Amino acid sequence: MDTIFALASAQGKAGVAVIRLSGPLAHSAAAGLTGSSLPSRGMRVRSLHASDGSRLDEGLILTFQAPASFTGEDVAELQIHGSTASVNAVMRYLSDADGLRLAEPGEFTRRALENGKMDLTQVEGLADLIDAETEAQRKQAQTILAGELGILAERWRRDLIRAASLLEAVIDFADEEVPTDVTPEVQSLITGVMHDLQREADGVKIAERIRTGFEVAIVGLPNAGKSTLLNALAGREAAITSEYAGTTRDVIEVRMDLSGLPVTLLDTAGLRETDDHVENLGIELARKRADAADLRVFLTDDPTELGVPMIEGDIQVLPKSDLHGDREGGISGKTGQGIDRLISHISCILSEKSTSHGIATRERHRVALNDAKAALGAAVTVLESGPDLYDIAAEELRTAIRALETLVGRIGVEDLLDEIFSSFCLGK
Amino acid sequence: MKHSKFDVVVVGAGHAGTEAAHAAARMGVETALVTLSEQDIGVMSCNPAIGGLGKGHLVREIDALDGVMGRVADQAGIQFRLLNRRKGPAVQGPRAQADRALYRAAMKKETQGRDHLSIIVGEVVDFLMDGSKVSGIKLADDSEIRAEAVILTSGTFLRGVIHIGDVSKPGGRMGDRPSVKLAERLDSFDLPLGRLKTGTPPRLDGRTIDWSDLERQDGDEDPTLFSFLSTSVIAPQISCGITHTNAQTHEIIERNLSRSAMYGGHIDGVGPRYCPSIEDKIVRFADKESHQIFLEPEGVNDHTIYPNGISTSLPQDVQLDYVRSIKGLEKSVILQPGYAIEYDYVDPRVLTSSLSLPEAPGLYLAGQINGTTGYEEAAAQGLVAGLNAALSVLGRDPIHFTRADSYIGVMIDDLTTRGVAEPYRMFTSRAEFRLSLRADNADQRLTPMGVDLGCVGQIRKAQFTRKMEKLTAAKSLLMDRTYTPKEVRAVGINVNQDGNRRDGMALLAFPDVSFEDLLSLVPGLEGFDADTRLQVERDALYANYIARQQKDVEAMKRDELYEIPRDFDYSMLDGLSSEMKQKLAEARPVNIAQAARVEGVTPAALTLLLAKLRREQKVRKA
Repeated sequence: MDTIFALASAQGKAGVAVIRLSGPLAHSAAAGLTGSSLPSRGMRVRSLHASDGSRLDEGLILTFQAPASFTGEDVAELQIHGSTASVNAVMRYLSDADGLRLAEPGEFTRRALENGKMDLTQVEGLADLIDAETEAQRKQAQTILAGELGILAERWRRDLIRAASLLEAVIDFADEEVPTDVTPEVQSLITGVMHDLQREADGVKIAERIRTGFEVAIVGLPNAGKSTLLNALAGREAAITSEYAGTTRDVIEVRMDLSGLPVTLLDTAGLRETDDHVENLGIELARKRADAADLRVFLTDDPTELGVPMIEGDIQVLPKSDLHGDREGGISGKTGQGIDRLISHISCILSEKSTSHGIATRERHRVALNDAKAALGAAVTVLESGPDLYDIAAEELRTAIRALETLVGRIGVEDLLDEIFSSFCLGK
Repeated sequence: MKHSKFDVVVVGAGHAGTEAAHAAARMGVETALVTLSEQDIGVMSCNPAIGGLGKGHLVREIDALDGVMGRVADQAGIQFRLLNRRKGPAVQGPRAQADRALYRAAMKKETQGRDHLSIIVGEVVDFLMDGSKVSGIKLADDSEIRAEAVILTSGTFLRGVIHIGDVSKPGGRMGDRPSVKLAERLDSFDLPLGRLKTGTPPRLDGRTIDWSDLERQDGDEDPTLFSFLSTSVIAPQISCGITHTNAQTHEIIERNLSRSAMYGGHIDGVGPRYCPSIEDKIVRFADKESHQIFLEPEGVNDHTIYPNGISTSLPQDVQLDYVRSIKGLEKSVILQPGYAIEYDYVDPRVLTSSLSLPEAPGLYLAGQINGTTGYEEAAAQGLVAGLNAALSVLGRDPIHFTRADSYIGVMIDDLTTRGVAEPYRMFTSRAEFRLSLRADNADQRLTPMGVDLGCVGQIRKAQFTRKMEKLTAAKSLLMDRTYTPKEVRAVGINVNQDGNRRDGMALLAFPDVSFEDLLSLVPGLEGFDADTRLQVERDALYANYIARQQKDVEAMKRDELYEIPRDFDYSMLDGLSSEMKQKLAEARPVNIAQAARVEGVTPAALTLLLAKLRREQKVRKA
């Protein structure tokens, strides 16, 4: 039975974060982090260290002995400081440890179930919990697939199917008219994917990609100074990569880098009641985009007059400080007054959002990329021996594909057969 | 009116039927094999060959359980070739051309000689029903045979229609009657049916072929046989001819496409993509200038030639035209035209992993009726149905083959959980544990299981025991101690000087290290015979990969223990999307492991399912 771990507390910045481990290696892995032995059942305050001896954090370590634990297995709980950095560091340590892996959604619950640790009423309540986990995962997958990573993942999928199908065709249709040596094409497909994986794995670029497209909408009455504010924001801190009109003349997008976070600023049409049909269309669009944005900056004295609800986390700033004098929360694109404060406010909120986007997900991707890369590397080595070892090369390739399943989707034998039958005329 | 009673009745004496009847009889229950004619026993209606990749694995597995196909094929084999001989043992598949007449004769002899097995000639027209339970069969002469279990292996006979050009007529095989009444009875069970098609090439008279300029393909010099009990080939060995289609052939076919049954719109059934008609090949791969044809003799004393690669549903005159456009066939005579056949199959997702039909207790389905193609796939299903029918008669638990123990298990699982979209054929790529499911270790995987079940005879049991004693002795010598890289290097084996000590088996896992290389390193190995040496090498080769897969195997086995009742109501699973509910309801997985393989099912969904199962169990107990 594998030992699994996961962040058990809510993600994002918090006072305390709880990482839970369950399985035969739970205690030894926790002890490894603390560099000293732990009681089989109890509570200790310990410093946590990485394998190179550097200090990660200090935390409270709780140990439970099977079967008297939530899952019925040996369990360790690490209560550490809730900073992103600490949690990241500990999670990374655990996923690099032998015999440990990140839990699948619902897996702790499943083990508890299997070991008879849940009563009837608890089971009743599970549906909602798992539903939420599934939904979160589904959303995450959608986010990934909609973005730049989605395009990459789609290419990987295509290339891996092609590579695997070539090997399988040579293996399974050996007595038919198929090539006998497909090594060069398979190798080039695999090294292409490996190259991409390497780039993604270095520096956890995936996380950034997921965050690509944080949208910040500036909303306000016409002539409140939105465009001036946008220009001031862009000119002061941003490296503008592109500027173009939106789908209508009324939404301007400016892509910029705010304290290291890629952000798209939306300058929307001024929101007001009007009889002008065309302007109304623009306003309708502005409201939609503002609703969908990750964060709204309300440039107004009275947020209720705009018809866009202000929700928790949105920012209100008071327009035209240059005309009204320096006031609390005031801003002026013209004089630059309050701009720095707004930038730090926006980036603070967005960093919080970005970390809550899922340390676990990011760590899961990192592990998947590394596993896939290792298996592909092994496949390339084996392929050097030519067709004689295609069975082993195919096995390594299969391992890589399984590791990447969360990114490229499940690739089944039917996908391979489809590719084989469309590439080769078979049937003697 | 005659009445008789058996424990198990098998309807149809093709490859599924014979294997089913033998399996049941080996289990010691009284079995009847009902066939339209004794001539039909073991008839090869398509190409005269057994085995191949994936298929050869199935034959070895059937043999490991003491089935008949392997031994019969060895007696009838007239050309043996081990496919992928140069690749790893996991993907090597034994294949043989078989002499049709010899095969039939050998199968008939095996069948007549089997204890507890009776052959009954007659046409089955209906089942006997006992409420919803199938309790026997009724023959055309109104006689009744009662049985605890009935295994139906009716092949393509369900609403079979044969097409040659625009001419079509009902029939199962050329010259046979389709079973209309039986089809009506099956209809009353309200089973989901689908329609498939398959085709055959025209058969040629070998005496009218000019062989002089044709390329020849010979068998292996050192033939690899199917059965673990066989020691040498029996029939005389032949070679096959190879020729190719050409521009003129393609032109004739293209010009007459509208007259083909398939392209003329006469056929709705789905055909196999790996066995396309020559029309299909030419349409779908228009830029391919030539297609290979194997000219396979149907027997040593039979001048019929099976031209493998040009199955067709074109009219007879066009068949003759295009055949005669091919090199070597300019003057050839067609003995029997090629034809396409359309038939109904039962969506195998309604079957249990025993191949029984819960809608009609007592009835088992095996072979082509379940949407498969190929003799080997049929025989393997026959074996599963035969064993399970016997077990149910004996009041014992069914035997469940898994994806981790056999290709048989892979096939049964694919059929019963995923269903089929085209005639299902085995490929090695279907097996996720391919490196451990090898043709060479089928006996190690399955013979002990067969011994426990009681379907393995004394001869095989004794032979297997002797073989395992030798293997075990050799392996324990090899694992007796470990060697430093320096010691290994000293006997001329090149390994990494990484300081890791390795035992003999670990050294054999290196592809370039052979048993012989270890003779001077490990004392006592000299005494082992060639077969044992080779088997130890094969067992060692994939050790690292098999160990890596072991975790997956264990997880799967654990999940298989959580059974899902057949009547489980997925609609009450809060938290699953309605799409997922529907997919699960259609696939009707029998356990959590199968549910996990249903497309789109996530680990979280499984936990939910498990939770619900647990809750139901508790409610039921309460």
